[in-house]
Amino acid sequence: MVEEVRFLSKRFDVEDGYTLDGYERTGGYRAVRKALEMEPTDIINVVKDSGLRGRGGAGFSTGMKWSFMPAAPVRPSYFICNADESEPGTYKDRWLLERDPHLLIEGIIIACLAIRSEHSFIYIRGEYEWPARRLGDAIVEAYERGYLGDDVFGTGRRVHITVHRGAGAYIAGEESALLDSLEGRRGFPRLRPPYPAQSGLYASPTTVNNVETICSVPGIIEHGAEWYRQWGTEDSTGTKLVCVSGEVRIPRVFEVAQGTPLRAIVEELCGGMIDDRPVKFFVPGGSSVRILPGDKLDVGLDFESMQEADSMLGTAALMVFSDRTCTLDAVLNWTQFYEHESCGKCTPCREGTFWLTQILTRLETGLGRRADIDIVEDACRQIEGRSFCALGDGAAQPPLSAIKYFRDEWEAHVEERGCPLGATPRAERVEPLFPFRTSEAGTIEPPRARLPLSPPEYADTAAAGRRGRDSA
Amino acid sequence: MSDGQDTVTLAIDGKQVTVPKGTLIIRAAEQMGVVIPRFCDHPLLDPAGACRQCIVEVEGQRKPMTSCTTPCQDDMVVKTHLTSQVARDAQRAQLEFLLINHPLDCPMCDKGGECPLQDQALEHGPGESRFIDEKRRYAKPVACSPNVLLDRERCVLCARCTRFASQISGDPFIELFERGPLMQVAIYEDEPYFSYFSGNVIQICPVGALTSASYRFRARPFDLESRPSVCNLCSAGCNINVHSRCGGVMRVVARDNMAVNEMWNCDKGRFSFKYLAHPQRLTQPMVRRHGELVGVSWIEALDTAAQRIRAAVDAGPGRTAVLTGGRIPDEDAYVVSRFVRTVLGSDDLDFRTRAAGPDEDAALAVVATRPAATYHDVEHAPLVIMVGLDPEEEVPILYLRLRKAWRDHGCRLVSIGPRAGTISELLWQRLPTPLGGEAALLDALASDSDLDAAAGEVRDALRDAGSQAVIVVGERGGLSGALAAAGRLADSLDAKLAWVPRRAGARGALDAGLVAGLLPGGRRLIDEADRAEVAAVWGELPATPGRRLTAVLEAAATGEIDVLHLIGVDLARDAHRPRLAKAALERVRTVIVQDLLDNETAGYADIVLPAAAAMERAGTFTDWEGRRQRFTLAVDPPQLAQEDWDILRQLALLLGRDLGFRDLDGVRAQMARLPASRLRAWPGPAETGTGRAGVPTGDGALRLLSYPLLLDRGVMGAGADDMLKTAKTPFAAINRADAERLGVRDGQPVTVASGHGRLTVLAAVEDDVVEGVVYVPSNSTDVPAATLAGDDGAPPTVTVEPTDEPVRPVAAGAGPWTAGDRGLPVQGARA
Repeated sequence: MVEEVRFLSKRFDVEDGYTLDGYERTGGYRAVRKALEMEPTDIINVVKDSGLRGRGGAGFSTGMKWSFMPAAPVRPSYFICNADESEPGTYKDRWLLERDPHLLIEGIIIACLAIRSEHSFIYIRGEYEWPARRLGDAIVEAYERGYLGDDVFGTGRRVHITVHRGAGAYIAGEESALLDSLEGRRGFPRLRPPYPAQSGLYASPTTVNNVETICSVPGIIEHGAEWYRQWGTEDSTGTKLVCVSGEVRIPRVFEVAQGTPLRAIVEELCGGMIDDRPVKFFVPGGSSVRILPGDKLDVGLDFESMQEADSMLGTAALMVFSDRTCTLDAVLNWTQFYEHESCGKCTPCREGTFWLTQILTRLETGLGRRADIDIVEDACRQIEGRSFCALGDGAAQPPLSAIKYFRDEWEAHVEERGCPLGATPRAERVEPLFPFRTSEAGTIEPPRARLPLSPPEYADTAAAGRRGRDSA
Repeated sequence: MSDGQDTVTLAIDGKQVTVPKGTLIIRAAEQMGVVIPRFCDHPLLDPAGACRQCIVEVEGQRKPMTSCTTPCQDDMVVKTHLTSQVARDAQRAQLEFLLINHPLDCPMCDKGGECPLQDQALEHGPGESRFIDEKRRYAKPVACSPNVLLDRERCVLCARCTRFASQISGDPFIELFERGPLMQVAIYEDEPYFSYFSGNVIQICPVGALTSASYRFRARPFDLESRPSVCNLCSAGCNINVHSRCGGVMRVVARDNMAVNEMWNCDKGRFSFKYLAHPQRLTQPMVRRHGELVGVSWIEALDTAAQRIRAAVDAGPGRTAVLTGGRIPDEDAYVVSRFVRTVLGSDDLDFRTRAAGPDEDAALAVVATRPAATYHDVEHAPLVIMVGLDPEEEVPILYLRLRKAWRDHGCRLVSIGPRAGTISELLWQRLPTPLGGEAALLDALASDSDLDAAAGEVRDALRDAGSQAVIVVGERGGLSGALAAAGRLADSLDAKLAWVPRRAGARGALDAGLVAGLLPGGRRLIDEADRAEVAAVWGELPATPGRRLTAVLEAAATGEIDVLHLIGVDLARDAHRPRLAKAALERVRTVIVQDLLDNETAGYADIVLPAAAAMERAGTFTDWEGRRQRFTLAVDPPQLAQEDWDILRQLALLLGRDLGFRDLDGVRAQMARLPASRLRAWPGPAETGTGRAGVPTGDGALRLLSYPLLLDRGVMGAGADDMLKTAKTPFAAINRADAERLGVRDGQPVTVASGHGRLTVLAAVEDDVVEGVVYVPSNSTDVPAATLAGDDGAPPTVTVEPTDEPVRPVAAGAGPWTAGDRGLPVQGARA
C-alpha cells in the first residue's frame, strides 16, 4: 500500500497553515534560523548532498545551480522564484502557494542567504489571482514580523521579496523568457550563454528555481541531507508532488516518495479509474513529455525510470485517459495550446505548430489524408531539437509519441473519415484561440494600438511589502 | 590573422580553419567559402537565432546547432549542409516552414530576383510544398512610414528590421507585435517609423516584406544597372550603389564599406535622387536677354560669360569673385581654385555660405595639412568629445558610429556647445556653453585651471584616454575659435582630431584652397615658400589675399564687383545673411549661375550654365576623415548639362588660357604634381583670442542658434516627397527655464521674431539647449532662419511668443503624415 508522504504537503490540511501563526505553530521558520548561522557554502553543500533536483521539469541539481553564483559578486545577485506554473495538467505549485506560502518565503530567505542575494522576485502566473493574494498577505505578515526586510530576524541581513504577476503567457515560464518579461520586455527566450548565473535579471547574476524546489529547501536544512534521502531513489531523492488529472476517481495533488510506481498512485491513491475503465494512455509529466500507453503504468515516478520508459518526469502532472478518449483529439488539444503559446520567435515552433494544428484538425474532422500522418511526424521531427527553446521540443512530443503507439487509431481517422470515437471537435475548436480581428475580406487586421490596460484589481504585493517594511 | 589575439582552430566540413576567439561558426564558414543559408543573421546585428535556417551539425552536441549563435571552439567538428544529412534535412525543413505562409507572389514582388528567400529556396529548399491548408492573410501593404511599406504576409519574422531599429539606429519605432503564428512587425498608429535610417531596413529585409514607397513596383532587380558611387549629400562619404534603368535612377542602396559606412546609409542618401530628373533641373545653358532668360547654345553662353569676365578683369583687380557651395567634387574644386587664381587673377572666393570666424581660415589651413581621426578611431576611442556638432542631423553615419562606440565599446561621449542635438541621450557628460563659448572651455580643459565638477571629470577622463581620445569639431566650431582650441587640446594629449563639415565637397574644397588666402594643401598665399610651390605648377598667382564670403557680398552690394560666378550654391537661400546676398545679386552686373536646379538664386542670373550632378559623372569626394573616394558615372547627365571642371576649362580657353588638361585624369595628374604640404601648427591662443566667454547670457535675452537639419528644404531633396514627409516639422528648441518664463508650452506654435523677420514654428521645450539660446533649423521654414539676423553678423536676439498661426511642414502642402495618406489601412482605425 502506497503511503502519502507529509513533507511538502504537511500543512495542506492545516486550516490556518497559510498564516504566519499557523505556520510557526507547525514548525515553520526553524530552518531559516538555522541557516542564518550557516555559511553560504555550507547551505549549498547541504542542498547538494541532499540530491535535490529542480522540480520545474528539467531536473537539474539545485545545489549545483546555486554553486554557479559568484561568491564575491560585483553586481547585485537576484533570486527568482518561478511560480508561472502553466504546463497543462500541472497545479502542484498552486497548492503550495495557496496552502503554505510561508514555506516558500522561508525557502526563498534560505536561498537568498546561500547565493548572497538581497532581493528576490516571485514571478507568479497571471491567472493565479487568488494564490497571488494569499502569497501577498503572507509576505506582508513576514515583513511585519521582521522576517523579511532590511533586518531579517534581527541579524542585519537583508532579504526583500517582490511579487510580479505575469500576463498569462506560457513562454514566460521558460527561465530566460521569464527574465525578459520581468524586465518589462515581451517574453522571448534569451540566447544562452550567458547563463543566468552570469548574466540574468538586469544583466546580474541570477538563480531561478521552481516553487516546489524552493519549498523543499527548509526541510532539508532543518533535518539534513541524509534525512531527505530517506525518500526516493539514489539519483532522484526525496518526495515529489504529483498532480493527477483525467479520468480517475480522485484527481488531486499527492505527495509521494520518488520512485513510487504510477500504477500504485492511480489505483490506490486516486481510487482507480472512473467506472473502472481501462487506462488507454497517460502523460506522466505535463503535456510537453511523451505520452505512454496504459501498459507502461508500472513505471516509477522518478527521473531515471521515466527516461527508461521513453518519457520524462517533467512537472509530474499525471494525466490519465481511458479508451473513451481519442489520442488524436487529445493531441490536437495540446497542439492548439502550443500554437497559442508559441512566442513566435523561431520558425519551427511558430510555423510548425500553426501547420500541425491545421493538419490535426483536418484529420480529426475527417478531412485527413494518409500522407498527413507522415507529414505530422516529419514536421514534429523538424521542430524537435531545432527550435530556439524547449517549447518547440515540448510541442513535438505529444504527436510523435501518439503516432508511435496509436498509429492505427490515427489511420482509422483517415479511413473512417472522422474520429472513430466520435470525438469530432466542436465547431469552435477549429477557430483559432486568438481573439484577433479580421476584416470583411477575411484578412487579419493589425494589432490595435495601445490596448487600454485595466489596472490590477488588487494592490500589488511589492507595494504591500514596502508598507510592511516601514512598519517593521 | 591572429593579430596577437587568441585564436581557436576547428574543423568545418573536414577542413581545418583558425579564427579569432569568439567568431561565430557561420562567419568562420564564410571565410572558407562555405555559405550557410540564413535569414535572421546579419554581421552587424546581435545574433538572434530566430530563423533556425543556419543549422549545422556539431559533433558531440545532442542537438544540431544554429551556426549564427554558436561561437567557434577549439577542436570543434562542424558539418554544414555540404557534409551532413542532418543539417541538410533541417535546412530543408526550415525553408518549408517559412514558405508555409509566404505568398508565392515573386513575379510581382520588388524583391524577386534579389531575394535571399527565393535564392535559398532554390538552392536548399524542397521543390514542392506539402502545405495545403489556410495561409495567414493580412491586409497589405501597411505604411510603417511614408518611406517604408510593409507586406506582413511576406515577412519571415527574422527581426532584422526591429533589431536594426533598436540596436543600430536606436529609434525602435517598429517592433514585433502579437505572438506565435500571429507575430508581426508593426508600428503604433500615432508613432510611425520616423527615423533618419529607416531605408536600411528595406535593404536588409531578406524577403520583400519591407519595400520602399519610392521604388515599389517601379523596376525589377534584373533590369537594373548597378554602378558603385559615393554619396554626395554630406561629408560622411557613404559608399552607395546607384541602380538605374534606361538612364534613370530608380533607387540608391548602401554599398558595403566596413571602414566607412559599414553596410548602412541614411534616408537622405537613399531617397534624395529625384532631383536628377526634377522638372526644375537645369538642362540647357541660358542667357538673360531683355530681362528674360532664354535658352542658348553652350558656345553662346560661354562666349557671353567670357566677354563679361574679360571686361571685369580688364576693369581692374577685385571686380570678379567666385563662390562655390559644398557639392562639387574634389577635382572641380581644384580646377575652380586654379581658374580663380590664374585666369581671373583674383583671390576673392569662398566655399562657405555660413558665417566664418575671423580666425577660422588659419585653423582650417592646419586641418588641411594633418591626418584626421577616422571612423575606426571614433569607434574604438574610450572618449569622444564633440564640439559644436549635432551628428545625427549633420553627418548621420558618424552618428551611427558614435552610437556603436557607445553601445558596443562603452565609449564615453561628451558634447560641448550650446546644444548637443539628438545625441544628447547617449552622452556621458554634457558641457553646455553659451554661444561661442566653446573655445574658452576647450582651453580650460587643456590647462590646469579650476573647472566645475562635470568638466573636471571630463578633463580627468581625457588625460586617462590620452592619445586614444578623439575630438570631433563641427562646422560651427570655426565661428568662435573652437576649432583651433580643440586642435591645441588634441595636441596636448597627442589625441586625434577631425573637422566634420556638413557637405560632401567641403573637405575637398578646403584641400583645394577654395578660401581666400589659402592655396591647395593648406598653403597660405602670403607665405612665399607656399606660393612658390603652387606657382611652380600653376604659374603666376595673385599677390595679396582676397575677400571671403561676407566681404565679397558687401563689395558686391556696393557695386565693386562686376561678375559673380556661383558654382553649385544657392546664395539667396543659403547665405548666412540673405538680405545682403540678395542686395549683392541685384547689384552685380553679371551673375553666372552654374548649378543643377532652378533655384531662388537663378532668378538673379544673367548666365545659367547647367552642370552635371555627382551621379552623372566621375570624380572624387573627400569625407570628413580626409578619405578620398573616387566614384564613376552612374547615369548620363540630362541633355546639355556638363561637368563643372569642363565648363571652367572651356571658359579658361575662351579667356585665352589653357589649364593644361583635357579630361578628368588630366586634372588628377596635375593635382598630383603639387607636393605634399608641410604639417602646420595650430594657431596659438594669442592669435585666436582665448578665454572668450562667448555671447553673454543671463541678461534675459534669447539669442538665435541655427544650423540645418538633415531633411529640410535643401534643393537636393527636391522631388523626394515621401522622404520629406518624414522631415521634422520646423521647431524652435527652447530651454525649459526660458519656456516657463515665457509661458511657452512644448508642441505649441510660436513666433520667433527679431527686428528683421519672423518665423512660425513649433516650440520644443528641452533641457539640451542652454538657457538664453533658441535653436531654429536654418532651412526648414518658408524663409530661412538666417533672415532673422541683423547686419552686424552677430547672433540675433529674438523673441518667442505663442501664436495661433499654423506651422508649415517641410514637405510643403502636406499635413502631418498619417498612414492614410497613401490610402492604406491605418492601424487600429477600424477598431
